[in-house]
Amino acid sequence: MFFAVPLFKSLQKKIDRINLVFREGLTGVRVIRAFNQDQFEQDRFEGANQDYTNTGIKVFMIVSLMFPIITLIVSGTNIGIVWYGGQLIGSQAMEVGNLVAFMTYATQLLISFMMVSMVFVFVPRAQASAARINEVMDLKSKINDADQPVDLPAGPASLTFDHVNFRYTGAEKLALADVNFSATAGQTVAIIGGTGSGKSTLVNLIPRLFDPESGQIKLNGTALTAASQAALHDAISITQQKAVLFSGTVRSNMVYGMKDASDAQIWHALDVAQASDFIKEEGGLDGVVEQDGANFSGGQRQRLVIARTILKRASVYIFDDSFSALDFKTDSLLRQDLRKDEQVQSAVTVIVAQRVSTVADADLILVIDGGQIVGQGTHDELKATNKTYQEILESQLRKGDEVDA
Amino acid sequence: MRNGRGSATKQRPQNFWGTTVRLFKYMKAWIPSLLVVLVFAVASVVLQIKTPKISGEATTELFKGVMKGQAELKAGIGIHSLPVDFGKIGHILLVVGIMYAGAAIFGVVQQLIMSWISQKVVYRLRRDLKEKMQRLPISYYDTHSNGDLMSRMANDMDNIGGTLQQTLSQMVTSVLTFFGVLYMMLTISGWLTLVALISVPLSLLVVMVVAPKSQRFFASQQKNLGLLNNTVEETYAGHTVVKTFNREQAAQEEFEEHNQKYYKSAWKAQFVSSLIFPLMNFVKNLDYLAVAVIGGIQVANGTVTLGNVQAFLQYTNQFSQPITQMANLTNTIQATIASAERIFSVLDEDDMTDTATAKLPEHTAPADNVIEFDDVAFQYVESNPLIADFNLKVKPGEMVAIVGPTGAGKTTIINLLERFYDVGSGQIKYRGQNTLDVDRKDLRRHFAMVLQDTWLFTGSIFDNIKYGREDATDDDVYAAAKAAHADTFIRQLPDGYDTVLNEAATNISQGQRQLLTIARAFVADPDVLILDEATSSVDTRTEMLIQHAMKRLLAGRTSFVVAHRLSTIQSAENIVVMNHGHIIETGNHDSLLAADGFYADLYNSQFAGNNLA
Repeated sequence: MFFAVPLFKSLQKKIDRINLVFREGLTGVRVIRAFNQDQFEQDRFEGANQDYTNTGIKVFMIVSLMFPIITLIVSGTNIGIVWYGGQLIGSQAMEVGNLVAFMTYATQLLISFMMVSMVFVFVPRAQASAARINEVMDLKSKINDADQPVDLPAGPASLTFDHVNFRYTGAEKLALADVNFSATAGQTVAIIGGTGSGKSTLVNLIPRLFDPESGQIKLNGTALTAASQAALHDAISITQQKAVLFSGTVRSNMVYGMKDASDAQIWHALDVAQASDFIKEEGGLDGVVEQDGANFSGGQRQRLVIARTILKRASVYIFDDSFSALDFKTDSLLRQDLRKDEQVQSAVTVIVAQRVSTVADADLILVIDGGQIVGQGTHDELKATNKTYQEILESQLRKGDEVDA
Repeated sequence: MRNGRGSATKQRPQNFWGTTVRLFKYMKAWIPSLLVVLVFAVASVVLQIKTPKISGEATTELFKGVMKGQAELKAGIGIHSLPVDFGKIGHILLVVGIMYAGAAIFGVVQQLIMSWISQKVVYRLRRDLKEKMQRLPISYYDTHSNGDLMSRMANDMDNIGGTLQQTLSQMVTSVLTFFGVLYMMLTISGWLTLVALISVPLSLLVVMVVAPKSQRFFASQQKNLGLLNNTVEETYAGHTVVKTFNREQAAQEEFEEHNQKYYKSAWKAQFVSSLIFPLMNFVKNLDYLAVAVIGGIQVANGTVTLGNVQAFLQYTNQFSQPITQMANLTNTIQATIASAERIFSVLDEDDMTDTATAKLPEHTAPADNVIEFDDVAFQYVESNPLIADFNLKVKPGEMVAIVGPTGAGKTTIINLLERFYDVGSGQIKYRGQNTLDVDRKDLRRHFAMVLQDTWLFTGSIFDNIKYGREDATDDDVYAAAKAAHADTFIRQLPDGYDTVLNEAATNISQGQRQLLTIARAFVADPDVLILDEATSSVDTRTEMLIQHAMKRLLAGRTSFVVAHRLSTIQSAENIVVMNHGHIIETGNHDSLLAADGFYADLYNSQFAGNNLA
């Protein structure tokens, strides 16, 4: 059995490989067929399958030896006991009854050995599992509330970044360097830049999902670290890149940030998010939302999540790349309605985007590249002076696109 | 076996015997080996059953000597040791030893063969399932969740392998042991056998009372575990949402509620099922006691020898075991047959129909249409026709742009072109030939796709690029990588072209993956290109590279582009406008604008609200 333990590990790896190849065959079926690579896939699977089977035969052969061998040991011991016990009885050193008792004890002893050997197999497994659980348990949150948190004023809304630097744990380079900007109620800050440039990192600092290395962020005039996280989260409403919905109803998802929202308020939020049409079609507010919102398309999920964000009363509304899954038309309608919404207009809005058209009408645009703010200003200013912004604009607006030029 | 009581789980097969017979038919090639296993199992069991009685003879012999010696002592004869016939005992023990060894050898060989067979059978089942996946139409993939198919490949295969390995021979030995032991008991004493048999109804009673209860609790444990996992998955996937909406407390409470429910059902299930073992043990011990008392009386009366009582006690021990074992096996076997059923149900699905009768013409004259949609109608589901009377003619080198809002069904055209789905009526012609009559492989040789979903397999970058065409040379691969602007970044990776892409796709960026899929299409060197140009999550520089590479790839080829860029749309010779899965307009940019329909609306909306230029 002891020999089998490392083999079991390699067996696990090989079954993982089989599952991996099979899964890739499922997810990539269109590409595989389009490139006529069925045979290649078959061969790849065949290799993994062969490999597993060979190891599997070895492992299970070793395992299957265990039981007969233990039985043999028990039986051999019994024979020995009868033989030697017989001698003892012959020389009147032991009674006959004790012989039978002895044989029973020997059997019990060996069964215990069998149990112990099973324990030896299970304990290392349990150990490995426990270690993994402890790894999580031992983690300490680096983000803690202040000892005496101050109240976060409800308004007027403002958001300030003051020489903020941020670095991911253990990273060599700063993920964000010297970010400075401020915005007040009714203003929209837009952040544009490439993947990995630090856009999402920047907005994730606002709800304190991470803390900056140096510098200060203030919400409504109060430093984020001075208030409690609960108070901070109450003042922020955020939509993330990945649209997360929970199983339940449309209503239960909508009221996530505002427990006592009325139907009228929910419908209004859905209207602004351009989501009321399909919700009306699909059973209204009490329509079912499956796990992961699987019964909605990507664009629909995104709009529902935006509605949820708008419904919550907050001082800052953050839309982290939430509009990219929407087509131009929906995107532009949504932003128009957002601008008309009183609640949103009494707060600061932060929009992260890839498209110039999404950010163009913001009061302040931050152009971010490799963690550096390489430009900030309005669309017109940046278009005139900022090279990176011009490049982005250029890549998205080719000749012929500029119809109203 | 068929009426395994009260199992509330989904583990039950629809057609138990049918599937069992089919599984055995499937194992036809191994039937001779299985027969060998059977013979060996029988031999092993017979030897195992015989030995207690023979080893009992040694005890009897010993006892005889003791009695004789005691009689001599009573008679006043002085002896040093009791007159035990050690020669005879030694002989008996030798025989017993050989029989034990024999039983062990037969047992081992039987198990070894079974390990081999079980692995081989599962190997073949896996291979057949994978091969079947290749023959299934795309619609099967689209209507079955990956998770479900994965579970057939992983869990169901595992069930079958485990059962073949363990359960099959256990079944045989259990039944044999039961009857063999019964027979041996009868040869010793009818009365004692009757006493021993009392345990059978008692054991059955235990199984009958406890098993259905425990099954019910197990089912509810399983259900609660599923709910608990769902909760965990959901909160985990959305943990930043939970956090920023201050819902940690609520999430914690919800988890606690499910955790409690699971704990309660699991506790009951485990408790009730763990009752079986001590209860059966108790019954066995009662039996043991009864046999010992009555056997003792019979030895005193001289009707049974001491050795036989000893053997009988061992038999009582062995007797109850097969009963419990068979009760357990019933469930395992049911679950296994259900697994086999799930696998067979995939194997029984209809294959793609292939009526390849025609060959594709080698070339097209420049003036002819490369692709022609001729009164095409199509629907995924019977009741919802998506495309009707669709006509489109595409000349060599022309571009067809497919536009429409998110979720408009733009992939339908791709599905039809690549023959992932076949048209309902009408025909799609490639070089004048109805594609329905052409071998899919032949047809697909002329196409290549670059999709937004950058599927690459776990393997080296080199192999992933070469994927485009089997017979591509190394130079073709490098040239394609250069053309796709991928060469530079590939060479900067520590292992260059040999870098193995991992499944989670963490070692290269999304944009770089896109470049690799373009390189792959370059290698394929297709006549017709299918392109999904959305590049929403790529940085500006990579995006420039991608666009440039795509442009180069498009040059001189006929193309179908799912378009997101105005420049692409405007330069396209044909524009197909889709909404809600339907094709609603076709034409070119100017004619569509002039028509002032959905397209015009879509196009103008891009400029609403902001004057970019």
